[in-house]
Parts: sequence; C-alpha cells; structure tokens
Amino acid sequence: MLFRSSGHECPCSIRFILIQNRAGKTRLAKWYMQFDDDEKQKLIEEVHAVVTVRDAKHTNFVEFRNFKIIYRRYAGLYFCICVDVTDNNLAYLEGIHNFVEVLNEYFHNVCELDLVFNFYKVYTVVDEMFLAGEIRETSQTKVLKQLLMLQSLE
Amino acid sequence: MPAVSKGDGMRGLAVFISDIRNCKSKEAEIKRINKELANIRSKFKGDKALDGYSKKKYVCKLLFIFLLGHDIDFGHMEAVNLLSSNKYTEKQIGYLFISVLVNSNSELIRLINNAIKNDLASRNPTFMNLALHCIANVGSREMAEAFAADVPRILVAGDTMDSVKQSAALCLLRLNRTSPDLVPMGEWTSRVVHLLNDQHLGVVTAATSLITTLAQKNPDDFKTSVSLAVARLSRIVTSVSIDLQDYTYYFVPAPWLSVKLLRLLQCYPPPEDAAIRSRLTECLEAILNKAQEPPKSKKVQHSNAKNAVLFEAISLIIHHDSEPTLLVRACNQLGQFLQHRETNLRYLALESMCMLASSEFSHEAVKTHMETVISALKTERDVSVRQRAVDLLYAMCDRSNAQQIVAEMLNYLETADYSIREEIVLKVAILAEKYAVDYSWYVDTILNLIRIAGDYVSEEVWYRVIQIVINRDDVQGYAAKTVFEALQAPACHENLLKVGGYILGEFGNLIAGDPRSSPLVQFNLLHSKFHLCSVPTRALLLSTYIKFINLFPEIKGTIQEVLRSDSQIRNSDVELQQRAVEYLRLSCVASTDILATVLEEMPPFPERESSILAKLKKKKGPGALPDVEEVRKEKNTSVNGGVEPLGASATPPSSTDLLSLSSPTSLTPASTSSTAASLLVDVFSENHVPAAPGAPLGPVADDNFSRWASSVVSLCNVRKPLGGNCESPPAHKLSPRRFVCKNNGVLFENQLLQIGLKSEFRQNLGRMYVFYGNKTSTQFLNFSPSVICQDALKTHILLQRGTALCVRGAQLQQVLNIECVSEFVEAPILNIQFRYGGMLQNIAVKLPITLNKFFQPTEMTSQDFFQRWKQLSAPQQEVQKIFKAKHSMDPEVTKAKIIGFGVALLDRVDPNPSNFVGAGVIHTKMTQVGCLLRLEPNTQAQMYRLTLRTSRDTVSQRLCELLSDQF
Repeated sequence: MLFRSSGHECPCSIRFILIQNRAGKTRLAKWYMQFDDDEKQKLIEEVHAVVTVRDAKHTNFVEFRNFKIIYRRYAGLYFCICVDVTDNNLAYLEGIHNFVEVLNEYFHNVCELDLVFNFYKVYTVVDEMFLAGEIRETSQTKVLKQLLMLQSLE
Repeated sequence: MPAVSKGDGMRGLAVFISDIRNCKSKEAEIKRINKELANIRSKFKGDKALDGYSKKKYVCKLLFIFLLGHDIDFGHMEAVNLLSSNKYTEKQIGYLFISVLVNSNSELIRLINNAIKNDLASRNPTFMNLALHCIANVGSREMAEAFAADVPRILVAGDTMDSVKQSAALCLLRLNRTSPDLVPMGEWTSRVVHLLNDQHLGVVTAATSLITTLAQKNPDDFKTSVSLAVARLSRIVTSVSIDLQDYTYYFVPAPWLSVKLLRLLQCYPPPEDAAIRSRLTECLEAILNKAQEPPKSKKVQHSNAKNAVLFEAISLIIHHDSEPTLLVRACNQLGQFLQHRETNLRYLALESMCMLASSEFSHEAVKTHMETVISALKTERDVSVRQRAVDLLYAMCDRSNAQQIVAEMLNYLETADYSIREEIVLKVAILAEKYAVDYSWYVDTILNLIRIAGDYVSEEVWYRVIQIVINRDDVQGYAAKTVFEALQAPACHENLLKVGGYILGEFGNLIAGDPRSSPLVQFNLLHSKFHLCSVPTRALLLSTYIKFINLFPEIKGTIQEVLRSDSQIRNSDVELQQRAVEYLRLSCVASTDILATVLEEMPPFPERESSILAKLKKKKGPGALPDVEEVRKEKNTSVNGGVEPLGASATPPSSTDLLSLSSPTSLTPASTSSTAASLLVDVFSENHVPAAPGAPLGPVADDNFSRWASSVVSLCNVRKPLGGNCESPPAHKLSPRRFVCKNNGVLFENQLLQIGLKSEFRQNLGRMYVFYGNKTSTQFLNFSPSVICQDALKTHILLQRGTALCVRGAQLQQVLNIECVSEFVEAPILNIQFRYGGMLQNIAVKLPITLNKFFQPTEMTSQDFFQRWKQLSAPQQEVQKIFKAKHSMDPEVTKAKIIGFGVALLDRVDPNPSNFVGAGVIHTKMTQVGCLLRLEPNTQAQMYRLTLRTSRDTVSQRLCELLSDQF
C-alpha cells in the first residue's frame, strides 16, 4: 500500500460543518478535509471559543486560521461552516438557513434533542444538501421529497 | 407528532442515548459505555448469527460512542457486512460508519470497494447515491484508483437519474482534488461542460462546482463553459417570468447557482465574443438594478440571498476590471451599504470596496466615501469591521488624502485593539513615507507612531526612518531637533531612544548651536536614560557617544570618563564591554583627523523598496492588499501571486542564471546588505557599506575599508540585536537545473524557510527526503506540503498534514516516494502552505526529479558500445547538440557531471581520449530505455558537441536538453 493517504488535496469550499450548543457540545461534525482526531478536537474547541464570544451586533463571519467561519445561532445551537476566505459569505450564511429550514421541516420543529437522537439521519440530510465540500442541492422541496422517500424505505 | 419519531425503530439505540444523557458524571458515562461495548462485543462474537436489524442497531451504537469521543476498535467487519444488505436503512448505517471511521485495513478496503462497486452497478438510484456519497466522503486514493473510471461514466450516461448525476459530479470533484493524477480528463470533458444546460437546476448546481474546479486547473479545456454559463445566468437573472420550479429562495431566483456561475466566470478573462460579452454585461447590470429595487420581502433571507448574488457579481466586475461604468456603479452600491444597519453588509461592503480601490476606474469613486469609512473606524463595535475600515483607508490613500488618512489612523491607533496594532503601525509608516511631500511631516508621523504604539513599532519601521533621514539632508536638522524634543519626555519608549541616539550621533551638531541643546545637554539627556535600556540599545548609545567625541571634541573628557567607568569597561555583557574598551582606546590613540575619517557621517543608503512594505506584504501574505499604484502600473499581473516565485520553471532570466551557477551563497543585490551585515552595523563597520555589489571597488569603498581595517575590525562582530535583517531577501531562485547531476542540496530558500533535499534513486523508484528548516523564531502553523505531478510519475508523501513547524533551527523531515511510470518532462511541483505571523504563505517549487534520475549505469566494452551505437542509427534515435561552454572546461568536473547524470563513464572507448562516452538504462515502470552518449569538448572554441542515442526519440531529446544545460 505504498500510495495510500491523499497526499495532495486541493482546497475545497467547505472545510467542515459544525453544529454546537452553547456549552460546546458537538451535535454534528462533518469534515470535508482530512484532519486527524486530535486536530478535529482542537478545531471544535477553537470554533466554539471564537463564535460564542460574539454578540448580535457582530457580523456572522469570523476569520479563523487561514479560513473563515460563517455561522448563525438558532436558539442554543450554533451552526458553523468553515470556508475559504474568498468564498461568498452571504451565500453560505443563507446555505445554513436553508439547511436549518429543511431540518425544521423534516423533524417538525427541530430541537437539539432531535439532532441527538437522530444523529445518523442528520448525516443523510447533510449529504443531500452538501457534498464534497460543495453545495449539492438547494431546493427544499427536492431535498424533503428525497428524504421522505428514503424515510419510507425499510 | 413529529415526522420522525425519536430513535425511529431502533429502540435500543434511543434507550442507550437516553442513558448516556442521564449520566451524572463522566465516570458514570464511561461505565455505561463500557457496559455497552462489552454487550456489543459479546453479541458480535456470539454463536448466534445476528439479524440485519440487530447488526444495524449495534453498529449505530458504536458510531454514537465514537462520536462521543471514545475509541472504537471493532465492529468494522459488521459495518462492512451491512453494506451488502438490500435494506436501505441497514446499508445507510453501514456506509455512515465507514465514512466516519475510515479504516486503512486493506482487507476491509477491498470488501468496501466491492460493495461500492455492486451498488454503483445496481441501477438503484438510492443505492448508487449511498455509494457515491461514501466515495465523496472518504475520497481515499484506493477509492480513486477503483472508481476513477466508473464515476465519470455514471455522470455522463444518458439514463442516469438527476439526483445520481448530482452526486456523481461532486464525487468526481472530490476524486479530482485528492488524486488528480488518477482522474484523467478527456473524452467526458465536453459532456460535463454541457451539464450546464441540464434541465434540472440541482444538476447544474453540482456540475458548476465541478467545472469551476476543473477550469481552475485547465482553463483551456473548459473554455466553452463561459458561453454556457453566461447563457444560464442570463436565463436566471434577466428573464422576468421563468419557472425556476423549486429553486426560488425568498423571492430570489436560484441564488446559489447564480453565485456559482459568477464564480466560474471568474476563472476567465472577459469573454472575447462581443455577443456573449454584452449578454454578460446585461446580466451584471440587471443584478445591480435589482439591488435598487424595493425588496420583495422584509425578511433578512431575501436581502441576504439577493446580496450574495450582488457581491459575487461585483467580484466578477472587479476581476474583469474593464468596464468603468460597472465599476463605478458597483462602488456606489457598496457606498450605500457602508451605512446599512446590517453589520454584515457594512463589513462586506468595506471588504469589496478595498478591491475596487485598486482599480484605476473606480479609485476616485471609492475616495468619495472616505468620511464614512473614517467614522466606521470610530463607531463600529466589531473589531473585524474596524479592521476592514483600516484596510480600505489604506487602499484608498493617495497623495491627495494621505495627510488626513494618516492622521485618522494615528488617532485610531490610540484605542485600537492590540491584535491589529502592528499592522496599523506598518500601514501608517508606509503611507507616511510614500506620500510624504514634506519630510518633516514624515518624521513627525513616525515619532508619533513610536509615542503612541512604541511596542508595536518593529525594527523595520525605525530603521527606515533613519535611512530616510540619512538620505535627505533637508530633513536632518529638523529630525535632530524633533528627536531631541521628544526625548525630553520623562518616559519615552526605547525605540524613540534608539532613533534619537542614532540621529543625534549623526546630526546632533546641527542643533548644538542652541544652548538649550548644547553638546553636553544632548549627551546628558541620552545618558540619563542609558541605564534603563536593554543591552542592544545601550550598545547603540555607546556608538553614539563615540560619534559625539568626533562631533563635539569639547565633551570628549566627559564621555571618556563614562566609557572608563567600571559599569562600562567591566560590563558583564561582552558586547558592551568590547565597545566601551575599543571606543575608549580609539578616542585615546587616534588623532583628530583619523577620528574624523573613521567616525564620518554615514553615507546615504542605496535607494530600494521600503523594507516596511516588504514586511507588510509578508504579514499579509498572498492576497494582501495590493499597493494601489503598483497595481495600476502592473494591471495584468496577478495581485495575489504569492511572495515566492515558482522555482525557475521556464527559461530563467539572466540574473537567476548567475544564481544558479554559482555557490548557494551568492545573493541577489538587494539582499546582500541584509545578509552580510545589518543596516545598523553599517554605521560602525563601514567595510560593510552597502555599496551595490558587483560595482567596482571605487575609492569610496576602498577608503572605507582601509580606515576601519586596523583598529575597529572587531566591531564588525556587532551582530543581530542591533539590527536584524532589514530587507526581506527575495526567495533565492535556486534553479532545479543544479540538481540534474546531483541529488542533495538546498532546493529553496527565502527569509522564512529553507528547503533541503537528499534523494536516492534505484531503477524506476526513488525516495526523496525533504528537509524544511524554519528560519524564523516563530512557529509556522498548519504547515502542509503537498505534491502535484503528472501521470507519468507517482509520488507519495509520508507526513501528516497540519504539522506546525517549530522554531528556528528546528527541522521537519518529509519522505517522498517516487515511482516513474513512464518517461516524463514536467517535474512535480511541491506546494507548501503554512501560516506565518497570521498570514497564509504559499510556496511552489519544482522538485528536481528529472528523467535521468532513473538511470542505471551500464558498463560495457568498446566493442559492445560501438555495436550498439550502430544499432541505434535511425535518424530520430539520435539527438545532437552543439553548444558553447558556460563553465570552465575542466575534464574532472565534466567527468563528475556525467557520472552524476547517472550513466556509466566508459574509459578508453572513444579513440580520442579527450572525449567522454557513457552508457546507461532509463528505468520506468512501463519500459526500459537504453542510452548511449558521447560528449566532445573543443577547448579552443569553448564548445561542446553532445550526441545521444536511445531507442526512443523523446527520451533522447529530453536527456540531451537536460545534460547540455550542465556544461
């Protein structure tokens, strides 16, 4: 196995998506770049530290290492997307909202507990809307239709 | 009743999750988890075969435990089993487990790939999507190897379902990113481009991302995407009544797709075709118009989506930088946002406007917003917004507004966040220098900088003010007076003392006429602060004192007394002691004339780029704020091209030539003074006077040297603390050519980083050790080297990513395995990214892997040689080149080079003993190519004739190019 591991990886748009609560508990972590486990844990903590100190008067964007975090807070949950500094801030900000609206519809008024108990389904929702660090599907109707179809399968 | 009930069928899972949530302590949680792990283990090991449902449930529990942060070391096989279930829910859990807990066990990988293969072939869109998502999520090299052919086929097949096409497009994108060498372009390229025309906007969305990434790498292959993207965009943006089905988001038609299309267009220059170009202009105008229309909804989602498109359109307008009206309209639009109540919009407007400021068409329009930007500095609550405001002020600054902008920045500096002070200091210093009409204003500004933010004034800044004062005699008197006054403050920053000491030492005489600043007063003022200073500053002040002895003979006695005191002459610091002793001695033994010559005023510094600018550029890294005027001058050069050049890829310019041929110590002129001696040392050891290297040693330099040669030579040892490197030396473009005949050496060097190489090759395999040395005293963060190479070579890096490269002296070693698959020309490129001082650095260098590295030498007799030589007599097999010698024609060196080239040097084969003959075999994975060569030097004409014969014309050609370049 001489040529394992992806030695060279070009940058993608989304590096990772994180959903965390105020206390810093991770409710979803989706990685689009290779990080080792320690690095992931560090990133999770750093993001939490960076994002939770900001208030409503601040922008929804924070510079983060070589990237930037686009985030939005919904009740006690922070939805964070880490993208390239040159990426379109508002597109990802609304990307988050679009995602949240889908979750809300899918789980009928989504709350933090839904994400905990159905963590394996959240991954499916993510994969429908984001793939390989890019936006895959933006139509809520199409995503929900697909999710309900999958739901009906055994 | 929620659409999804908790746990949904997996009751055991829901119970387990509840249990964990109810645990009162970490210990309790661990206990509960261990119990569960034991349970699952026994189930998996039990005799009874588990049904699919139980397997799914247990695997899901393991996954949950893993996500809580616990290690999982079993269950992989059960997860893999789930992949071949024909129930969606079981398969899904299996794939999820595999994606989250990627495992490198090769046996497992084989099974996983098998399952994926089956699902891809299943024609069941749900299963195909699961498989594609798994490939996209894992994206490993094995998967790329296994599916690089399948994925494009699925993507362009006529009967593939839309949702599968979406997944396939992004899956292909991922494979292309991780293993570009395995995903060859080709027959499917144009079919992919035509996905932009697809009926299904979801497919277009996914395909646009794919095409953008591919177009960035191979713009020519995807040129046709421009017209299709414009057409698609136009249909979204300009049509009034279009049925976008479900792709309208809060009354905005397909915002994400529009953004992606606009980004794709930023891979290209403005369309040449007039029709396409005008259609695009229409689109951009339509987007700008929409921004002026009343909102269709009060919801922030509406305005965000609309503005996402607007900002991307503005980016494109700036990228094209060719339509003055659009640029000015964009600027006006952003101007409105500057006062918007949404912080996000103000932030983004400042950011975009910064780019507009560097366009000659919109620079003036940007300037009209200066007052608003200044007030943003004072009122914004978010520091990142204020920082953008500083950036913008810097970008819009020119001669007309420099005084005001500098004053405002200084003003802001008093209260600025610590995190951005250093950057503001640099910016102020640059602007003050660049736009100074009146140099007294410049001196005032810099002294103010030191007063307000002395701690953040780096050496570069205060070195620079000294350089300027020395070079301009019209400001010297003013500078002396001003520093003298500034030094009156009871507490002044050490940097001020350094500047003050230096300037008074040079020009104190200009104000000595005034009794209030008589020589003795000047000396006492400086000396009153002497004892509170650090060693480097004290060393500097001692030099000022000796300079004073020359300037003011009347206070010689006082100064000698100070030098003679125990605290100087017996100082425990070697540097201080040495200075005191030598200066004292110098003042005693030297005649007035000698003193006057030795301690003469500093000669002017050679004019060069401001060292501060270099520092800011370094700080900002790639993508830094472009210098307004530079950008205007060099319109078409890339703004964000990093600091480092791509190591001499094409024919290197003549200056590089010099570098590459001589020893690694030879430097470019600009860097000489910095490496050989730092600026301040120049003052005291004038044999380092930064005269232009290469200039003949004129009387000045000669003289300088002789007067210092005798007594003060040891002072040249004055090192680092007094002046670090002022200039950032340009990256030494060490040509890869140097490595053709050798395997070790320094590949690259700039101020931050040195890259060394050691390599060994055997047959078609090679191993290269790359050593990265951090030359700075700070850590590099996220240090990630990667290698890009053509199909003909395979490289494999054995080094984890994201490694911090620690401080000075520390070395990081990376091992690169190389396999030569077939003959090649292009060398692989080593890309290094890391973060230094808050900025991303990008370095790209060619790795010196050339075809001749895969030579195995072949010994043969004269007879054999000529027999084979005759066999290779077809005209295309022979390549001959006659060329002029670039180096001395020493036969020993030539021998060494030929052996270094990789062939066996055959003695007594050629009848003419001064000729060289060699033989070897190039090994690639595909084939072996025998090679014979003959080099005939003609010392009289200083020429060589090189003849190569191999069985492949391309190999002959390439080897000839490589070798002929060496003599």
